[in-house]
Amino acid sequence: METINSIIKLFSVGLLLATLRMATPLIFGAIGGTFSERSGVINIGLEGMMLMGAFGAAFTSLLTGNPWLGVLAAMITGGLMGSVHAVMCIKFKANQIVIATGINIMAIGIPSLILQGYWGNAGRTPLVKGLPTTSISFLKDVPFLGVLLGTHNPLTYAALLLVPIAHIVLFKTRFGLRVRAVGEHPRAADTVGINVFKIRYICVILSGVLAGLGGAYLSLGQLSMFIKSMTAGRGFISLAAMIFGKWTPLGAFGAALLFGLADGIQMTAQAQGIPIPNDFLLMLPYIITMVALSGFIGRATPPGAIGKPYEKH
Amino acid sequence: MERREPTTKIYEKLHEIVKVLLDPVIAAIFALFIGAVIITVLGDSVVVAYSALWKGAFGSTRSMGQTFMSATPLIFTGLAFSVAFRCGLFNIGSEGQLYMGAIIGAWAGYAFTGLPSLAHVSLVLILGGTAGAAWGFLPGFLKAKLGVHEVINTIMMTYIAINLTNWLVSSDGPMRHGSTLQATPFVADTARLKVLIPSTRLTTGIIIAFFVAFCIWVLLWKTKLGYKVRAVGLNNMAAECGGIDSNRYIIYAMMISGALAGLGGAVETIGVHGRFYSGFSPGYGFEGIAVAMLGANHPAGILLSALLFGALKSGAMTMQIVAGTNSELVKILQAIIIFFIAGKWSIITHLESRQKKKDGLKSNIRGDETWKQSTQ
Amino acid sequence: MNIVEMKNICKQFPGVQANDHIYLDIREGEIHALLGENGAGKSTLMNVLYGLYGPEKGEICFKGKKVDISCPNDAIKLGIGMVHQHFMLVPPFTVTENIVLGTEPSRGPLLDYKQAVSAVKKASHKYGLNVDPDALIRDISVGMQQRVEILKVLFRGAELLILDEPTAVLTPQEIEDLYRIMKNLRDNGHTIVIITHKLKEVKHISDRVTVLRNGKNIGTVQTGETDEKTLAKMMVGRDVVLRVEKPPCTKGNEVLKVTNLHAGNYRRLPALKGCSLDVCEGEIVGVAGVEGNGQTELIQVLTGLQSWSEGEIRFKGKKLEHTATPQKMLKSGLGHIPEDRQKRGLVLDFSVKENMIMGFEDSKELTKSIFIDYEKVNDFSRLLVKEFDIRTPSIETKAGKLSGGNQQKVIVARELARNPRLLIAAQPTRGLDVGAIEFVHNQLIYQRGIGRAILLVSYELEEIMALSDRIVVLYDGQIIQSFENEKVSMEELGFWMGGGSRKAI
Repeated sequence: METINSIIKLFSVGLLLATLRMATPLIFGAIGGTFSERSGVINIGLEGMMLMGAFGAAFTSLLTGNPWLGVLAAMITGGLMGSVHAVMCIKFKANQIVIATGINIMAIGIPSLILQGYWGNAGRTPLVKGLPTTSISFLKDVPFLGVLLGTHNPLTYAALLLVPIAHIVLFKTRFGLRVRAVGEHPRAADTVGINVFKIRYICVILSGVLAGLGGAYLSLGQLSMFIKSMTAGRGFISLAAMIFGKWTPLGAFGAALLFGLADGIQMTAQAQGIPIPNDFLLMLPYIITMVALSGFIGRATPPGAIGKPYEKH
Repeated sequence: MERREPTTKIYEKLHEIVKVLLDPVIAAIFALFIGAVIITVLGDSVVVAYSALWKGAFGSTRSMGQTFMSATPLIFTGLAFSVAFRCGLFNIGSEGQLYMGAIIGAWAGYAFTGLPSLAHVSLVLILGGTAGAAWGFLPGFLKAKLGVHEVINTIMMTYIAINLTNWLVSSDGPMRHGSTLQATPFVADTARLKVLIPSTRLTTGIIIAFFVAFCIWVLLWKTKLGYKVRAVGLNNMAAECGGIDSNRYIIYAMMISGALAGLGGAVETIGVHGRFYSGFSPGYGFEGIAVAMLGANHPAGILLSALLFGALKSGAMTMQIVAGTNSELVKILQAIIIFFIAGKWSIITHLESRQKKKDGLKSNIRGDETWKQSTQ
Repeated sequence: MNIVEMKNICKQFPGVQANDHIYLDIREGEIHALLGENGAGKSTLMNVLYGLYGPEKGEICFKGKKVDISCPNDAIKLGIGMVHQHFMLVPPFTVTENIVLGTEPSRGPLLDYKQAVSAVKKASHKYGLNVDPDALIRDISVGMQQRVEILKVLFRGAELLILDEPTAVLTPQEIEDLYRIMKNLRDNGHTIVIITHKLKEVKHISDRVTVLRNGKNIGTVQTGETDEKTLAKMMVGRDVVLRVEKPPCTKGNEVLKVTNLHAGNYRRLPALKGCSLDVCEGEIVGVAGVEGNGQTELIQVLTGLQSWSEGEIRFKGKKLEHTATPQKMLKSGLGHIPEDRQKRGLVLDFSVKENMIMGFEDSKELTKSIFIDYEKVNDFSRLLVKEFDIRTPSIETKAGKLSGGNQQKVIVARELARNPRLLIAAQPTRGLDVGAIEFVHNQLIYQRGIGRAILLVSYELEEIMALSDRIVVLYDGQIIQSFENEKVSMEELGFWMGGGSRKAI
């Protein structure tokens, strides 16, 4: 009885708020990954792109004092990392997994190098100006929803907006149709005159930009600084959310919320006296993804032509 | 068979070896060049930085010891990636397998007392290897039976392993000892590896690593199992036609790969640290991928490649102290090497593909592969 | 008026002249058949017309004007559309999405799906091509998929349609539907080129037919003024067949008996539809037929690479289980020279000796506990290399470096070293030079002489006729005819390979 009570108490508004906050970077990462993989390019480098985005955001905010420039920098940094992945995988037809591993490794090294040169401490930046929390005035006073959605970091709002936009782009626009065609059957798309390479470049770079935004949330939203390796696997959880969401923005959103919830529970569980150890809750996203991939929760089939570099005859 | 002069045969063999070595050498040189550029951009002196790097890697007995010590875990994770790769698989999860081997090895080290040294160390290694093998088995099984790609699964299992081991040494975890660090108890002295060079941390672990590399070479090129694993990796279809059950060997390869990483974790634990603690690995598993690729996925190459990376790591620490350039530069060098080798930027590959096109026009009168594709 | 004139088209691929100074004219409003065996150059020629290949020589005129077609978009703009043998459809998309892909009706950036659907419905109605606009491609029948492909082409304003072996994947009813559609389109002013190897089809549907053989245009005739036997003659040529000198056939016991075999292909469509044949010791049974009539599946079933749904297979008198694997088959006395030596026969990155022992790596003779005894392997390989005169710098040379002929010799040597009761040889001389062909043929005759049972599957009629004691014709998944080799002519075989009168025995 005690446990049931504690579980019910658990689902407080505080938890739901934490869920949204924890889910924000995952939403960016998962939707970014969705675009890349829907166009046929595997991207396990989201972790590195997110980390570089986090660094770019914090460092720019440090230098300019303007967190919004930091957000822009995050998009550019993430986009640059995405471009590296795109060029190596699309133009040079290199193995997509190996290249992404290189990106992840590189992303750990670059911030330390720069920070060492800047102020001698390679492990973190000093405190920087973060993004101010904003409130939506009319929403704030709505009962329940107001508390839930009324006040958040602007990037959280951006993530929430991103979901329907991404859904519309991927499933309701001409561009989205072509992206999906290129990922399923690039030759069919080629024979009707679609530029397979161009579409893949756009999607992979976009995935870097979005992952970068996710990183910006970490260093300018959640904290107000950059700490070495602060993504702590969130890039890979984004991948898990993408897979679990069956490569759709709405599904990715749902999965991100689910994983964010697990994170949130993990944070509040101790206070609430829930007997499950933190670490096991942290494991949940990964276990769930493995189960999903094994087909226990319906078929999680990736786009048909994924991972294979396209050759024009 | 045409008879060849012995000298021309040797010349041919040399030619082959040079061809294989050229890629990695060029990659390493290219990476060092880019590193030099970065160092200059950061305002440090390339000469100071690189000479400190050299000194730190090979300058004294102590440095050499450090180099070999740093290379040890990379040999294991490099071998791990390469065995899976030889079977056509991507084991990105050697980090997780490493962790499992480390903690189980640590447990075997502290849970048993009164064993003679040789037996105790063997026990640690066997259990550590088995733990890694078990961790590699699952993704392999899922790939063989359900066709699920091992890349995502191995990454997932890495994070599961990290969280699992974190819990085991957390404050309410069953393996926790002491109140400051999240760590297991120290392993018994009988389980520790002997230090090779006094005043260094280099242990017999390096000898074990070399020995294991030799064993893997024997396994892959001299045994039936190795033959089948390589056949499946090079041409799955032909292997099936030739009677090899590729699913079975995929599972074997993943288990061996996991065992190697687990072994590496166990060796690192009883060699360097004496206990398992949370976060002990700075990414040996992932670095192993760069080591393996640079080493052309061959045990001999991996030994050299691991030594190179060990040298870089060892030297980087000195470089940081003396020249102020952060040791993480090494990570960037690793990444550049990966890009270079995976991107096939090498001159050799370009020359070879041009040669292939020329040969194609000479061969066959009644048509071949390319043409057949065109009639479909 | 000629809608298309292809003049002096030459297209070469490594080692082969696929199109050799071909002249072709297509009249407006006709159904023109392009007939020929495998490798005659039909698809290549049409791929040139559609802009997928660039010819070395020659020019194309469209409606009297010289044009330059360097990519499919150019062809589409002119009004040329092609429906490939392997459909270019995206399986998880709807019919509508596939048809409008690339030319999607839109409102701003958004895809106007409703408009797309109504456009598809209109087109479907106009051309009499029945499709379900909202159905997913992977759910619909092959016949409807093909109609989608045709609609796709018409949707972009094609006046000239090229259909590449369109009836290869259809049921008889769907074939009738397709013929009806084709006639409709022609009567409405469209021009159709149909690439085919089926004589009956040519007679049934075309107005004129051009026969290609070995990259050359043999001739164009009015369909009404010719018959199937004449076309068959043009298709296979009048080359004198050199029957290899062989001693009379001394048939022994039955080694293989296949009865009423049904099996599917990789797309789960029926490929073998009741196939029966038998092979005895000391004879070569040749399976004649154009590629795509079930040969691949037949071999895969017999070698344990795939399962079958109905029928019985008896090997050495014993019934074969559905769980047969290649390993079991090889152990029980089967030898297999695969159709594609580079994909299935050899591991190109392995050395000659490593390839030589494929399938033997577990045998006691070559191993010492878990280790492979490379000394014995070396002896084994050297022996075979000598016996079969394999030209290689050493047994350590990578197989990929050998010439095609020597690669094939490695496979032949290996398979014969198994001492098989039954040897399945699929396309054993594909891509080989004359010397290598001679070698392989002599080997097969020799093996037959010492009592081996040989099943020869080949798309080269000359080869079948040169080697076989008995010839069976595989058409549309069934053995429809069987002959004693001396008693049949090339033309007659060509006739049956094109479907004959479709009666199975």
